[in-house]
Amino acid sequence: MRSWRTPVGVLLTALMLFPVYWMVNVSLTPMSDMRKPPSMFPVNPTTEGYERVLREQLPYLGTSLLVAAGTVVLTLVLAAPAAYSLAKLRPAGRPTLGFVLLVAQMIPGIIMALGFYGIYVKLGITNTVWGLVLADSTIAVPFAVLILTSFMASVPDEVLQAAKIDGAGPWRSFVSIVLPASRNGLVTAALFSFLWAWSDFLFAATLDSGGALQPLTLGIYRYIGNNNQEWNSIMATAVVASVPATVLIVVAQRFVAAGVTSGAVKD
Amino acid sequence: MRSRLAGWAFLLPLVAYLAVCYAYPLFTNVDLSIRGYTVRSFVHGGAPLVGFDNYVTVFSDPTFRTALVNTVLFTLISLFCQYTIGLAAALFFARGFRLSATLRALFLVPWLLPLIVSASTWAWLLNSESGLVNAVLKGVGLDPVNWLTSPDWSLVAVTIANIWIGIPFNLVVLYSGLQNIPREVYEASALDGASGWQTFWHVTFPLLRPVSAITLLLGLVYTLKVFDIIWIMTKGGPSGSSTTLATWAYELGFGNMLPRFGPSAAVGNVLILIAVVAGLLYIRTQRRQELA
Repeated sequence: MRSWRTPVGVLLTALMLFPVYWMVNVSLTPMSDMRKPPSMFPVNPTTEGYERVLREQLPYLGTSLLVAAGTVVLTLVLAAPAAYSLAKLRPAGRPTLGFVLLVAQMIPGIIMALGFYGIYVKLGITNTVWGLVLADSTIAVPFAVLILTSFMASVPDEVLQAAKIDGAGPWRSFVSIVLPASRNGLVTAALFSFLWAWSDFLFAATLDSGGALQPLTLGIYRYIGNNNQEWNSIMATAVVASVPATVLIVVAQRFVAAGVTSGAVKD
Repeated sequence: MRSRLAGWAFLLPLVAYLAVCYAYPLFTNVDLSIRGYTVRSFVHGGAPLVGFDNYVTVFSDPTFRTALVNTVLFTLISLFCQYTIGLAAALFFARGFRLSATLRALFLVPWLLPLIVSASTWAWLLNSESGLVNAVLKGVGLDPVNWLTSPDWSLVAVTIANIWIGIPFNLVVLYSGLQNIPREVYEASALDGASGWQTFWHVTFPLLRPVSAITLLLGLVYTLKVFDIIWIMTKGGPSGSSTTLATWAYELGFGNMLPRFGPSAAVGNVLILIAVVAGLLYIRTQRRQELA
């Protein structure tokens, strides 16, 4: 029996994703049609918005990729060893650190941004890519430690015990047993740190708005701030900025779902 | 002994990082809020201690009341709508059907898009002259609304955009909560002759309560933080009508040519206090569930 739920589900999803469709539609609409009543389809499709993105936004795009990749590396380098320690070596003070990490996730970004700004101005390191990477990593590190800890905790203790008897030290066990076994956790942590750094606007606007290397979110913001408001270019940039999220949904769906529910629902 | 040392060695980078990238900025924030900074002393140092002056300035500013009321309204209405719609969608998807997994994944898209993308898309949808929403209103014979430029509607506009962004998170978490309710419970309820509506109110909803509590508390923590959407759509305006504590803090510190870092940091510290109370509630709720 075919369920009535399938057509209704398709309809609801279409409704939910309508703004996304609208973004694509507007990105293909010529500027001359922009002030006429909106049309549901790009009747005279144009690529002028995208051509402008290619002309003007490529450097921003490069910076975004660099910042996001840097954030992923920094986050994993910090989070993976710490998660291993919390999950398997069980040092004293573990509950306190777990508590600190939970609270850290709740601090509003604007407060971190102001604090970082104060420090960066004093040290003269505003408008640097690595400064932005450091700030962006604060969005991801607590989450990455918590999710990796739960993945690494499921590596059987017997395996680690056996490695120890064979003479493997903690470092050796970490690199050759725990890391490969928690590959899925590493992928999830990497995906989310990439996405968050890629999407960041607040840190970029406060710490990196005067430099030569600015991320794509600031590129969009520049366009919006312009008074001539060329919405097809704005929406074309928005489409380009949405590519990583779309790719994630298509190729890494299960990791995304795992990331959303981690911490909220216990198994 | 050796393994305890190793345990700390592996943790050391993280602890150092937390000190430099969390404790130090937070300390800087407190320091900013109790000193009388000017742009000059911000760069060169030497700002005098002024105690709670900045807090007094902030609390006696009429914008504080507006920002606080807006924050409460924005947060409560967002949470209520996100949760209700998310739960309805989760119940709909809970009975698996053809394409259900794919459609559920597509529902996640709004949550994953960069906020600046969602915010600028909604800004254009709600544009007074050329936006689709007003075109549709006109089409059904209603008056167009100045969503982003009227003080009566700007908060509504940013709340709508924020609800849209928050539905996926609620859907995914509540859906996985529904999956954890044993099937036998529903069978027993059906045997007792309960209707679908009765089953929901007397079986599903009570059993889902722990997951609901966590979802709402996490949502609360996220919503208090919201800055990008409001700033990009309305900049908190017109004339403060959609200002929240988060956007006000940013506006004071970075919004114009004459930054007021002290008051900005003071607003930030008020916000952090609210967020941490919500956070502690969340942690307590989760602990209690782990014990149960």
